[in-house]
Amino acid sequence: MSSIKTSYSRRSFLKATALAGGGMILSFSWLAGCNPTPEEVLTLPKEWFELNSYIKIGENGVVTLMAPNPEFGQNVKTSLPMMLAEELDVDWKNVIVEQADFFPQHFERQFTGGSTAMNRAWKPLRTAGATARQMLINAAAQSWNVPVKEITTESGVLYHKSSGKKAGYGEMASTAAKLPVPKDVSLKKVADFKVIGKSKKNVEGLNIVMGKPLFTLDYKQPGMLIAMIAHPPAFGLKVKSVDDAAARAMPGIKDVFTVKTLADDYERNGFDTTSFTELVVVVGNTTWEVMNAKKALKIEWEKISDSTIVVSGFGGKQTVKIPGGLESTERHKTMMAETAKKTGKVLRKDGDPEGAFKKAAKVIERTYTAPFLAHNAMEPHNCFAHVTADKAEIYAPIQAPEFIMQTLTARLRMPKEKIQIKLARMGGGFGQRAYGHHLVEAAVISQKLNAPVKLVYSREDDMTYGIYRPTYTVTYKAALDENNNLTAYQLKAGGIPESPLGFSQNRFPAGAVDNYLAEEWKLDSNITIGAFRAPRSNFLGGAEQSFMDEVAELAGKDPIAFRLELLERARRKPVGKDNDYDADRYAGVLKLVKEKSNWNGANKGVHRGVAAYFCHQTYVAEVIELAMKDNKPVVEKVYAAVDCGVVVNPDAAANMGEGAIVDGIGNALYGEMTFHDGVPQKNNFDTYRMIRHSEAPKSIEVHFVKNEKDPTGLGEPLFPPIFGAVANALYKATGKRFYEQPFGKQLQSTPLM
Amino acid sequence: MAIFNLNVNGKKQQVDVDPATPMLCVLRDHLNLVGTKYGCGIAQCGACTIHLGNTAVRSCQLPVLSVGDQAITTIEGLSEKGDHPVQKAWLGHDVSQCGYCQAGQIMTAAALLKSKPHPGDADIETAMNGNICRCATYVRIKAAIRTAAGS
Repeated sequence: MSSIKTSYSRRSFLKATALAGGGMILSFSWLAGCNPTPEEVLTLPKEWFELNSYIKIGENGVVTLMAPNPEFGQNVKTSLPMMLAEELDVDWKNVIVEQADFFPQHFERQFTGGSTAMNRAWKPLRTAGATARQMLINAAAQSWNVPVKEITTESGVLYHKSSGKKAGYGEMASTAAKLPVPKDVSLKKVADFKVIGKSKKNVEGLNIVMGKPLFTLDYKQPGMLIAMIAHPPAFGLKVKSVDDAAARAMPGIKDVFTVKTLADDYERNGFDTTSFTELVVVVGNTTWEVMNAKKALKIEWEKISDSTIVVSGFGGKQTVKIPGGLESTERHKTMMAETAKKTGKVLRKDGDPEGAFKKAAKVIERTYTAPFLAHNAMEPHNCFAHVTADKAEIYAPIQAPEFIMQTLTARLRMPKEKIQIKLARMGGGFGQRAYGHHLVEAAVISQKLNAPVKLVYSREDDMTYGIYRPTYTVTYKAALDENNNLTAYQLKAGGIPESPLGFSQNRFPAGAVDNYLAEEWKLDSNITIGAFRAPRSNFLGGAEQSFMDEVAELAGKDPIAFRLELLERARRKPVGKDNDYDADRYAGVLKLVKEKSNWNGANKGVHRGVAAYFCHQTYVAEVIELAMKDNKPVVEKVYAAVDCGVVVNPDAAANMGEGAIVDGIGNALYGEMTFHDGVPQKNNFDTYRMIRHSEAPKSIEVHFVKNEKDPTGLGEPLFPPIFGAVANALYKATGKRFYEQPFGKQLQSTPLM
Repeated sequence: MAIFNLNVNGKKQQVDVDPATPMLCVLRDHLNLVGTKYGCGIAQCGACTIHLGNTAVRSCQLPVLSVGDQAITTIEGLSEKGDHPVQKAWLGHDVSQCGYCQAGQIMTAAALLKSKPHPGDADIETAMNGNICRCATYVRIKAAIRTAAGS
């Protein structure tokens, strides 16, 4: 047992005076894994006792565990409460899981993104569970007048073995809730886990397959109006004038107006990215009526001029330039190629790269590019808001409620205590919903109408709104000596409007090569960008691992052996400081994938590619096996080896990994957003190519390294390396290297070997 | 506006709407059957799939005018307790991530199994290709369909 101080996270343990939640449509009405039967509903307790913000116990022993983080499919609504259940020592099948509202005074960290949930919740949530258990033990000791340490628990029951006394948690809950919160509690050893590490089904599984209303888009309230927006059709345009006469005359339409969602001089926080601050709004009774009226709007647009916005956030306050002009992909490509030739900003330099390249026996230089990407979450942007003079009630699909709260308070002119954000299950997020502009828009519209409103984006509004994954490029250069040792390595990366580097200059192979140089640059744009599954890594991981494959080939070495050789170098005698990886764990996943994919075994008539990457604290190696049919890759199998420490919910973890792999294959082959005169050239799924059933791998194996390290996340880390694995396998299949994403375009013109 | 008498999930339902209104909007806005999802509005993603008779159709492209007295089944009508073989297989394989597209996936799969109780992999891919899952749970969806076909 490890002892842990509870004081560092005391804010989680403030006793609530009133029970939080209740939920507009998300109530505590289902047991984990199943819908309550009428009998079970009857067994719901008459009274709940709250032991801390995360745990309520009924007088009859039923336990409610709060799922603090917003859920967008990564399964935190199941896996985080598992941590509570483990330390509380309750039977998972007797647990009710409830989605918490956004309530930062009560919950540790209500954020979904960066693959951080498991790691950041690991100690606080287990501590919350252990603390509640200790309070129940203390209550029993007091009631039975026996020493605390003689009391044991098992599956929701307290025992005093020597006297034969026992009581369910429910019987002691009322006494426990009145006791002081213990200062120190003990956490279980990994080996003693009964809940963690044993697969638990998604707690919403049944509700999902039955089509229950789980999403904001499904939410209704009496008197609720539907609002849709018209945003400029191009980046670089704004509203000039609106003729709404025809739209107003259409059936079911209540109002048409223009709103300003953010003041031009508003100081932003980095997560209130707003592509268009002025929007034309159509409000009516039903979606169909509003959709039709929107088509009847006659809007004139005009060009924006150069401007600046102030953004405070990572690295302090910055003034960001928003250039006027209508941008096009062709022009972007030319500008990027030109800028890449110039010297960039040096982020890391080890040894003498220039000298090493001069002395090299072999030098290889390759450039990789990738386009803008749209997130395309299946549930288009939407938000419910009801803003009155006294309060704002918001029900939203949002990954980062905390980051939009300050914007809401400023824009609504309302203190945050009066703004309630309820967290809906999200129909996907992928980074898109870290940006809460839709909350601000819905709230401003509701405030103007003084009515409950559901703001709904059409697919086209959503796909052309922006907040895209940026377009990137990187040039790698490597030097080998006469013995085929890697002597120098450099990369220069850039993009519009951000560089993909920034945080990853200390990643492998930095530390494994004596002479190393990392530089970056960026170009301004008025096209908005945002986090997209494994930001920056989603490009660099694949590009780096494609290059590594080509360097290994130049060195005449097996690609896995070559990587392992470099990692061994980094382990034994690391070069430089701040190397951002553990060479042993990195090598560990490569060795595991080599074994599981039978890498050195007989060729099974498939083309194989390997890649490994470390980001978001998790190590991943992947091997893809594909065959070519009519110039199209058919992915037979993918093997993944993952080191994310303790695996909390193994089957769900595998599911997350499988999704990231398939998503990565899809984006590597097909994902692309282009622009012409500022207009996004794709606005729906007829033109924006998404991976589909027939293109998914026939099978995927996800293997986890077994260890007892604190868990790290899985939403992102399996995504970046698959881009590299796909490129490397396609090279084996076609004899041609793939440098420009999406690869599918080049395949059409690539003859088979 | 016009009055339509519909047969939805075995129940008679009357709505007074614009005849061009897609069934998707009729179901979601007028009949409070929100399990059928809006994804693209142009029959490209499959999130809005329902059954018209025994056939899987995209309700976003199905004007209420064209329905007549044909039986409509939505995800809410597939089974009362979520125990249709396809739903059970989905739970067994713990398919869902975000879950938004799954009602549409399930409706397409259920119609496939009705017309072809023992589909091959190619049949499954052909039938399911119109249903996008952005979380990319395709491998599990296919496994669940094979399980449901075997049950």
